[in-house]
Formats: sequence, structure tokens, C-alpha cells
Amino acid sequence: MRTIPAAEITASVARLCVRANTVLPPDVAAALEACRAAEPWPLAGETLALLQDNLAQARKRDLPICQDTGMSCVFVELGQEVHVEGDFEEAIHQGVRQGYGQGYLRKSMVADPLRRVNTGDNTPASITVRIVPGDQCTVTVVPKGFGSENMSRLAMLKPADGVEGVKHFVVETVRLAGPNPCPPMVLGVGIGGSFDKVAALAKHALLRPLNQPNPDPYYAALEAELLEEINTLGIGPQGFGGKTTCLGLAIETAPTHVAGLPVAVNVSCHVTRRATEVL
Amino acid sequence: MQYKLTTPVTREDLAPLKAGDTVLLSGTVYTARDAAHKRMMELLDAGKELPFPVEGSALYYVGPTPERPGEVIGSAGPTTSGRMDAYSPRLLDLGQAIMIGKGARNQEVKDAVVRNGAVYLAALGGAGALMAACVKKLEVICWEDLGCEAVRRLEVENMPLTVILDAHGGDLYESGPAAYLGRERK
Repeated sequence: MRTIPAAEITASVARLCVRANTVLPPDVAAALEACRAAEPWPLAGETLALLQDNLAQARKRDLPICQDTGMSCVFVELGQEVHVEGDFEEAIHQGVRQGYGQGYLRKSMVADPLRRVNTGDNTPASITVRIVPGDQCTVTVVPKGFGSENMSRLAMLKPADGVEGVKHFVVETVRLAGPNPCPPMVLGVGIGGSFDKVAALAKHALLRPLNQPNPDPYYAALEAELLEEINTLGIGPQGFGGKTTCLGLAIETAPTHVAGLPVAVNVSCHVTRRATEVL
Repeated sequence: MQYKLTTPVTREDLAPLKAGDTVLLSGTVYTARDAAHKRMMELLDAGKELPFPVEGSALYYVGPTPERPGEVIGSAGPTTSGRMDAYSPRLLDLGQAIMIGKGARNQEVKDAVVRNGAVYLAALGGAGALMAACVKKLEVICWEDLGCEAVRRLEVENMPLTVILDAHGGDLYESGPAAYLGRERK
């Protein structure tokens, strides 16, 4: 048994909140550069270059890349040999509180969905924990902006709809989103599971680096096919027109019921942020 | 075409603008998002004055990050404008001339833009650090309790914007992708 003090988790979450919001993950930055280099439409190429300027400015001026510093989605893979000393969940909320305060990040959480009073410190975090073998604790902070989150969709398809039904739903989601989610987008697609599980799968898919295809060749091919099709829609960067509508797309799947084919698309933007530490 | 504009603007200033043109905007710009718009409607319903002179004004849909000590503003890119669709036509009819945000607007807003000779301009979504460099002064003028949604008076210099909806019914979100797809087919 290994003991990790709750304060260590707090410090890690605080650091990760700041890092995730100021430095884009290398795979997302690389995808942006690759798309800019391959963009055939001049206006779209210029727009992508401006998005890259923004990344440089954020670094130089120590500013968040985007003002929507998001809902703090915190994913923890907790080794089953780890004993957390102190209140585990409160340690995470405290980390968000510290990170968003010290990092001059925007506080975007309201305590109640209808009465809508801002909590003032971006808490609570949205916490997902998975117990895994070992004695490590892996913490990933994903600040999720809501311009793109609001464009996400879920459907309970019929098994007869099959892969064509899934493809149609994903492409339709992008078409409906249009310029709203700050394209070029990043898409997390969940297929299978149950109503609640499929949304979690879609969110989880956003954690996978864009240069890492699904390990199952069938789904890797489907990812590539969908990405190509989406990039023929013409929406383009910021919706001004162009090839680059989507930077990357990841599919996560789960076993499902004989009667169902759930599918969910979690829409993210060109500022798809995540930062990880292993404790 | 690129145009240089300074607020407050007139109908005549905006008349030449076409969807797809770019604008470098200077002068006073007020910030307002969902909650501030809702309160503005409540003021108007109660027969009261808006917290800023509306004639020829520019409203930027933004909730910036807090400014670091010594800095004017934090990161300050646009939020999704569609959430203001319910409120914008009323403000445009009262004289608001420029809306700044990102994303699609509904038919009521498009009609109000044409009716009033107004424009809807896009700031680069997700490029908050870039937009911050254009803001020279910031003052919270009301509803501080709304935090990032409070109404701020910004003094901006050469804020780079793109015309989405022009006073003649043009919409870059339709014409831009169509032009790209048309070129592909050639």
C-alpha cells in the first residue's frame, strides 16, 4: 500500500488546470500545423495561421489560449494499491479552486442549472475515477469549453441502422454545429454501451492524442473515413469556408444490448485541452 | 476589402461592408453575454435606460478571463452569439449597430440586421490571447455581481473582425463554404 496525501493531489490538479489552459497538447498543435500546410483555400489557411499566432501569444503573454477556460473535467486513474490520505474528491475541487484563482482563469460554473449563481471558483470539478492495478495515480485535467459542448449530440439508433447510421449521425452533428463550436473541431465519438455510458465514451475519446488511431483496425479505418468525409463539408476554419473542418476524430466503443446502438458525439474545438501528471 | 471603423458608427459607415470583408475596429466596445442581455431586457421592460448609449454602439459577446496585475484584460475571445438571438433584434431596433461574436444567428436577427443597416462581425473563436492585444482600456460599468458576465466598457484599437452578416442580407457562413465547395467542383 502506498500513501498519497490529498494535498499532493490538490497541488497536481492546480498545476494541471493552469498548464492545460495555456499550452496546447503537442498532438493538437501538430494537427493544426499539418492542416494549415495542407489547406488549399487561402482564406482558410490564413485563419489557421492566426489560430497558431494565438497559441504563441498565449505562451508569450502567459494568457489562457481561450477565455472559456471551461468546466474542469478531471479524470483519475487510481491504482488499487494507493491509499489517499484525506478527502479525495475535496482535494480535486480544492486543486481547481487554487488553479483557477492563481492562474487567473475564468470561473464559469453556476451552482444550479436553473437558478444560475456562479460558484466563483470554477468548482465543482466533474470527476471521473477508474480503479486500475498498481500503486500510481494518474491525473488528467480537461478544461472543456461549452461553445463546442453545446453542439454535442446523442442518439439511440436501431441495430439495423448499423455503421451507415452511425456515420450519418456523426456527419449530421458536424453539419448542424456549423460555425458554432469554433472549427476546426475535434470530435469524440462513443458507440455502444447504454444511454449514460455512450456519452462518457464520447468524452473519454477526447483524451486520446489525435495522432493515435483506435487500436482496432476496423475502428481506425472508420475514424479515418469519417474525418475525410467531414473535411469535404466545406465549413472550414471558423465556418468561413475551407477544407479544414475537423482536426481529428476518435472513436471509443463498448459492448451493448441486442436491441440497441447508442451513439454520442462530444464536440470539441481547435483548443482541445488536456494535461496529465502521474503521481 | 478591409475597412477601418471607429465607434460609434452610422448606417452610412456600415453600408459598404459585405460578408467576407474584414474590419479593423477602434473605439468603445461594450461587453455583454447572456445574463447581461437578460438584465438589459428587464430594464427596457421597466421603461428604464440601458447602461450605455445604444445609438451606433458595438456589443462584444465576451466573458474575458481575469486580468493579471498590471494587465488591461485577460484572454478575450468571442462566445457563441446564437444565445443572444432572443435579445438582439430589440437592441438593433433601438440603434445598436454592431454585434461581435461567433457562430450562426437566426432569421429574426438577420432580418433585424437588414432592417436597421447593422452588421454582425466575427472575432476569431478560441483566439482569446490574440484578441486581448487589441484592448487598451477596460472598465466594469455595471452588474459586477455577474463576474465574467458583467458589462465592461472596452477601448479597442484595430480589433481584427470579419463581416458575417451585412446590411444587404449577405451571410458569410453560407457564402464562404459555398465559394470553397464551388471552387472544388471546378
